[in-house]
Amino acid sequence: MSLPRVIRPEDAAAVLERHHTLFDEEPRSRARAFMGSFAFLAFTVFAVWWLDISFSQILLGLSSLAKFVALMFPPSTGGHLDLLMKAMGETLAIAFLGTLIATVFAFPISFLAASNTTPHGAVRFFVRRCLDTIRSVDALIWALVFVGVVGLGPFAGILAIAVSDTGALGKLFSEAIETADERGRESVLAGGGTGLLSVRFGLLPQVLPIIAGQVLYYIESNVRSATIIGIVGAGGIGLQLSEQIRTYDFDQVAFAVIMILVTVAIIDWISGKLRFAIIGRRAMA
Amino acid sequence: MPSSIPVVSQARIEALVVDYHRVVLRRRRQSFVVLAILAALVLLAAQFGEVDLRNLVDNISNFTSYFGRIMPKLSVAHFSADVADWYWNITGWLKLLLDTILIAYLAALIGATGAFMVAPLAAANLAPSVALRFGIKRIFEFCRTVPDLVFALMFVASFGLGPFAGILAIAIHTFGTLGKLFTEALENIDMKPVEGVRSTGSRFVETVRFGALPQVMSTFASYTLLRFEINVRSGSVVGMVGAGGIGQDLFVAIRKFYYTDVSAILLMIIVCVAVIDLVTERIRNHLSGQEIRR
Repeated sequence: MSLPRVIRPEDAAAVLERHHTLFDEEPRSRARAFMGSFAFLAFTVFAVWWLDISFSQILLGLSSLAKFVALMFPPSTGGHLDLLMKAMGETLAIAFLGTLIATVFAFPISFLAASNTTPHGAVRFFVRRCLDTIRSVDALIWALVFVGVVGLGPFAGILAIAVSDTGALGKLFSEAIETADERGRESVLAGGGTGLLSVRFGLLPQVLPIIAGQVLYYIESNVRSATIIGIVGAGGIGLQLSEQIRTYDFDQVAFAVIMILVTVAIIDWISGKLRFAIIGRRAMA
Repeated sequence: MPSSIPVVSQARIEALVVDYHRVVLRRRRQSFVVLAILAALVLLAAQFGEVDLRNLVDNISNFTSYFGRIMPKLSVAHFSADVADWYWNITGWLKLLLDTILIAYLAALIGATGAFMVAPLAAANLAPSVALRFGIKRIFEFCRTVPDLVFALMFVASFGLGPFAGILAIAIHTFGTLGKLFTEALENIDMKPVEGVRSTGSRFVETVRFGALPQVMSTFASYTLLRFEINVRSGSVVGMVGAGGIGQDLFVAIRKFYYTDVSAILLMIIVCVAVIDLVTERIRNHLSGQEIRR
């Protein structure tokens, strides 16, 4: 093994000379990079101009924002701790039940949307487009629609989350089914099992832990979405929060935000533990 | 001819069967406990969520008939006139849709730039200071946990109605989520180039620039595009609280029962989101292809 040598400056120059193609950037790729960043910049300038953003507005806004933030301290319940706790409970209920209902609907649908279990390609295409359409409408819009159907309150929020997440979970589940190992199903079929049995004993054991992990993750993320659904009257802490912002009770806003942060942290922690337990079991099996 | 398969004694088989039954029983018992807990939680949540199935059954016809009512009245005889009638405000809505896309774009740009600059300070393998790292991680958490609509409400109150409040609100949310994703990407890099650059006596910025960034740039770009996609969806709802974009018109149409307007605007949003999904998915596939080649 040779000893590491010290590279003298003249050696370095010689290496640079010999292999200059490696060190010089191609003029064409440099021009392309320049054009790319120019287009980027131009589009940004256009966006700022089109949306009519002015610096005086920003400066004025910043000063009033600073005032609001100063008003947030110290956070206070405003004497409505019981109301806030109830609203937080509603929020958790919306997230939990909404995700659970979405799971119940998405689970059978996802088998129709997965290429290896679908009865026909056309069915798969149709189901996928339906799921995409449901998914591209935000949960808040569904909430507005359901407030019109079942009236104000958390039930509308549950239904909104249930519908919008049926789209998202259906897609995720079908992807989990598609990536599952086919050998399990084949061996059940080879043993004389029917198609349904092959799905039950060859496919489900593989996908259930993945699906359970995804459902837990969605409950977690829905606690966040359920906090805002109240803004349109569909229950949960969002209603209180938007009222307090509109009436400039910023100390109460701060308290509600802290409540949300703490609750989300606790839910994250629990679902992290549960997910680890489920995935750990799969690793052992 | 004796079989090469070893014969299992009857006693052994019986022992195995007993064991098998015991294992199955234990698993059944476990599933039963999990189901019982789940059922209890459902009942509790239904209590809190004021679930009223009779109300749903009574009014579900409202829901289905709603879709009937928002359908445009199109006839073959004067089809183009009907479509023109349905999309009577097409130029106004297209402008608002462009607003929405630009809000999403600027928010993604601001959020990604911020996250890009801060993430190396939060990555466990690069961070120069533990205290700073802890602080930045909490800031990321705060930014992504507080819903963007709450930020939007706050900013509408301070900056006034208009797209700037929406941009800022979505940008903060983007900063929080991308900050987390960027940090995780940085924590998973190969440390050999970083050590190589460090051994030449580089400072923090140079280490990150030449040791870490070349490994993660395409991942960063891919995450940012994904976020842009999500931002278009959020951009279509921040208008509901007056923070710009097409959400304002949609909100008014739903609240004031302008049925055909609802379907017209929703269709525009769905098509727009689908097109952006397709385009960014192609770019993202291209980017991940680049990653593999490296």
